[in-house]
Amino acid sequence: MSRGAREELLGLAAVTCGYSGEAVLVDVDLSICERDFVGIVGPSGAGKTTALRVIAGSVRPAHGSVTRRKGLRMAYVPQVETINWSFPVTVSECVLMARVKGRFLPWASAAERAQVAEVLEKLDIGGLAERHIRELSGGQQQRVFIARALLGEPELLLLDEPTSGVDVRLRHEVLHLLDDLNALGLAIVLTTHDLNGIAAHLPRVVCLNRRVIGDGPPTDVLTSDVLERTYGASMQVLEHGGMPVVIDSFQHRHHVLHEHRDRSIV
Amino acid sequence: MHELLRPFDFEFFRNGLMVATMAGGLCGAIGVYVVLKGMSYIGHGLSHAIFGGFAASSLIGVNFFLGAGAWGVASALMINGVTRRRLLGSDAAIGVITTASFALGLALFALFGTQGRSFDAALFGSILGVGTDDVIAIFIVCVLAGTLIFLRYRALLFTTFDPEVADVAGVNTARMDALLMVILAGSILATMQVLGVTLIAAALVIPASIARMLTNSFARMLQLATVIGTVCGFVGMNLSYHLDVQSGPTVVLTAATLFAAVFMVTGATGRRRAAGIAPPPALTARTD
Repeated sequence: MSRGAREELLGLAAVTCGYSGEAVLVDVDLSICERDFVGIVGPSGAGKTTALRVIAGSVRPAHGSVTRRKGLRMAYVPQVETINWSFPVTVSECVLMARVKGRFLPWASAAERAQVAEVLEKLDIGGLAERHIRELSGGQQQRVFIARALLGEPELLLLDEPTSGVDVRLRHEVLHLLDDLNALGLAIVLTTHDLNGIAAHLPRVVCLNRRVIGDGPPTDVLTSDVLERTYGASMQVLEHGGMPVVIDSFQHRHHVLHEHRDRSIV
Repeated sequence: MHELLRPFDFEFFRNGLMVATMAGGLCGAIGVYVVLKGMSYIGHGLSHAIFGGFAASSLIGVNFFLGAGAWGVASALMINGVTRRRLLGSDAAIGVITTASFALGLALFALFGTQGRSFDAALFGSILGVGTDDVIAIFIVCVLAGTLIFLRYRALLFTTFDPEVADVAGVNTARMDALLMVILAGSILATMQVLGVTLIAAALVIPASIARMLTNSFARMLQLATVIGTVCGFVGMNLSYHLDVQSGPTVVLTAATLFAAVFMVTGATGRRRAAGIAPPPALTARTD
């Protein structure tokens, strides 16, 4: 289904915002539709997290506007680096936080317990409900916070750097999981530094460096020109199996230099 | 046995015991949030700030709970406001607001002398002079704090654990922080007579720290800290009478002894849990 046929969930129009008078995002336009799966990439300080916060509503724009579909349900998965892993919460207590509204009693109702069990089962962490969050593997920890987000039955899921600091296997595991959730109809927006991971998994990439530099399918956006304007450094884009593969020029020069030296030795 | 029960013949002791027991439980419960939010210094500072209100209210003849209460709540909201705006770190905000208030209290006592409640009792705690009004006051604070924690349990837990996501989920985290500060100020105010300004922070921190060494569940930590605080208040107050030592030090030393015992018994597991009760500075997010 084309984007035009899907209803818009959220739109940013000429949004400018920042902290302490310093602009982090300038004149940003962005539209998120139903079932979108969007990766926001850019260098450190490009405004990726701020863009997510504007979408989530926790940061208000200084200029421009944010329109959300009435009654839009959103959920936010924070960077794992921000989690206090020593905090005394079990997996079920953590997931149940999503049900902060609607029930005043501290303990979970039978229906809530069943819903927590169901969402944990869906994410393959069903047997871990009574474990402390620090006692889990990296992938399981990420799944706990996705489970918490899903318990709120969101239409739009926001994830801040879900693949940061994880190994290749875990990165693919997380992206596959998000892929499956998107296939079930959930709109997803995530930020990442992992250009090749999103090239392989996501249908839409937004290159951001305070402004939107490129927005579209990875094959259209992940080009040397757009990446150089986004990162301020030259990057080479190769094609492998129909997908773009990004290598920065330092690595490229390094690779060429080694090849040249190896040939010389031969 | 008769000797152990003898203090119960005295009304002042029965009043003091009720206040210390309720104060222990109250501080134990509030202390869980104080410890997990890394606000231990706020508890310490706020008790000193309330001392300024205590001095001023005793001099101008205003009811202690009204005068010191208003002063404490104002200080708590001021600290909360300065900290949330991130103009200053919470430690600096507390350092400025609470020590200035404490200094003002000391200056007022130096200039005009003490009237009404005892200066020493305010600093170190005493069961002498604990009257029915004190018992009623702490009972009311316990009921209010317990009701608020019960009804706002989920929002307080979410705000304490993950304020940014709680905000996105629709929790008014600013209101939750302010609510917690008001409960904290009320608890300090109600327990000051028995525990003393200088020792309240320990009553807030130690039961929660012991509970953290014993469990990985928030709900169980809250229950355990309340029970531990209650028991330490009861035992400490009895020791205060039999050892003829002020009530504040005996309550705190009872809790500290229990902390040491649990620390040794739970071994490495408990120590690892306790070490992690406040997030280390390295846990900062990239906010690009």
